[in-house]
Amino acid sequence: MQITVTVNGTAYTRDVEARLLLIHFIRDELRLTGSHWGCDTSNCGACVVWLDGRPVKSCTVLAAMADGHQVRTVEDLARGAGLDPVQEGFARCHGLQCGFCTPGMMMTARWLLDHVPDPDEATIREAISGQICRCTGYENIVRSVRWAAEHEAAARAAESGSQP
Amino acid sequence: MQVPAHVEYERAASVEHALALLARFGPEARILAGGHSLIPMMKLRLAQPEVLVDINGLAELGYLRLDGAELAIGALTRHAELLSSELAAAHFPILTDAEKVIADPVVRNWGTIGGSLCQADPSEDLSAAFAALKATMVIRSPDGTRTVPAREFHTGPYETVVAPGELLTEIRIAVRPGGGSSYVKVGRRVGDWPVGAAGAALWLDGGVIGAAGVGLTAVGARNFAAAEAEEFLSGARPGPDTFRRAGEIAAEHCRPVPDQRGPAAYKRHLACELTARALSRALDRAPQAADGAAPGRAG
Repeated sequence: MQITVTVNGTAYTRDVEARLLLIHFIRDELRLTGSHWGCDTSNCGACVVWLDGRPVKSCTVLAAMADGHQVRTVEDLARGAGLDPVQEGFARCHGLQCGFCTPGMMMTARWLLDHVPDPDEATIREAISGQICRCTGYENIVRSVRWAAEHEAAARAAESGSQP
Repeated sequence: MQVPAHVEYERAASVEHALALLARFGPEARILAGGHSLIPMMKLRLAQPEVLVDINGLAELGYLRLDGAELAIGALTRHAELLSSELAAAHFPILTDAEKVIADPVVRNWGTIGGSLCQADPSEDLSAAFAALKATMVIRSPDGTRTVPAREFHTGPYETVVAPGELLTEIRIAVRPGGGSSYVKVGRRVGDWPVGAAGAALWLDGGVIGAAGVGLTAVGARNFAAAEAEEFLSGARPGPDTFRRAGEIAAEHCRPVPDQRGPAAYKRHLACELTARALSRALDRAPQAADGAAPGRAG
C-alpha cells in the first residue's frame, strides 16, 4: 500500500506492507537511524518518536497508521547549528553512557518540557518511567532534564527582560 | 525481530464505515484502535487477523461527557485522556487511580479504553474498575445498538461478548450522589500487569452502606467482581472491621492462578488486603465523610 508520512516536516511517500512497523519505516525506508529499535515489545522506549505531537513507542504502531500524519524524530531536535537544550543537558550532565536509550529519552523529555516547563524530579521520573536505561541509573538523565528546564527558564527570563 | 504476519489494512471513515468493513471481511477482520494490545499479540502470532480495520480517525468515538445522569466514555478515548479528565476524577476517582498505574505514560498516549476492554486480558485494570462501578458497555452493529452490563462483557480470558461484525463504542456509568471510589494495585514495576488489584465504589445512605461495588483483577475473580463481598457490605456500617471482613469474603471466592508474578496464596492475600484498602479510600472520598459525619452515625 502507498502511504505518505510527514517526518520532521518533510512528506515521504513509500510503498509499504501494511504490517510494517513505524520504527522500521523510519529507520529502513527513510534511513533516519537516530530512533533506536530496542525490545520490540513496547517495554524499553528506545523507539519513542512523536506521532501527531504525542510520544509513542514506534515499535507498536504500524507505518500505515501514520499515513497522512506527522512524525517527529530525534533528528529534528537540533535546529541549525544549535543543539536543543535537552540535547545539551544530556551532554553536560552525562545523561548517557552507551546512548541506546537516549533518542527515546530525549523525545519524551522534550515533550515533557513543552507541557511542564518546570518539572520536579518525581515528575521527570514518572514521564520516563516507560523507558529503560541500563547505564545511568536514571540519576543523570533526571539531572539532564532539569538542566534543560533551568536553561530554558533562564532563556525565557532573559528574553522577557530584554523586551520592555 | 518481531513483526506481524501479512495483513490487509483498511481505514474506517465513520462508525458506519467500520461496521461495513467488518461485515465485508467477516470474522477474520479485527478492529485496530491504539494497537498497543493487538500489535504485540500479532507479533507473537497469538492474533493473526487477515484484515485490520483502523478506527483511529474516528474522533466521534473519543470523548468523556456527562449524558443525562451518566458519564459516557467513548471507546476510542486514550488512557492519557481518561487519566487527565477532571470530569472522571470528580465523579469516579477510581478511574483516575487505575489510569495512573496502567502501562506507562507513553503507552497511555495511544492505548485506548475500548481496546483494553476488548483485549480482555484477565489482569486488565479497567475491567475491574468498570465492574466495581457496574458500568454498561454500548455495542454497535449494522442492526443497531445493544447494551451489556460490564459484568457480562467478558466471556473468558481474551474473550468478550463483542461478536464479529460488532464494535464497542461507549462505556456508560450512572452518576449517583453520596458515592466514593478508589483503585489500589500491587505491581512489580511500571508497565507490568498487576500481581493483584482491587477497585471499590461505595454509596452511603445515612450511616450505612446503601450500595457497594467491588472489582478485582488478576486474582481469578468471576466477572472481575466480588459479588459476595458486595452483598455483605450492603446495609452494613462502614468501617475497618466491615472492610476487613469484605476483603476476606472477596478472597475466599477468588481462584488465583500461580505464575511468575506470585503464588496463589499471595494473590489471595492481596485480594483481601487490597479490597479492604480500596473500600477504606472509597469511604474517605464519599461526601458524607468529607462533611464530617462519622461513619456509622445514625443518619
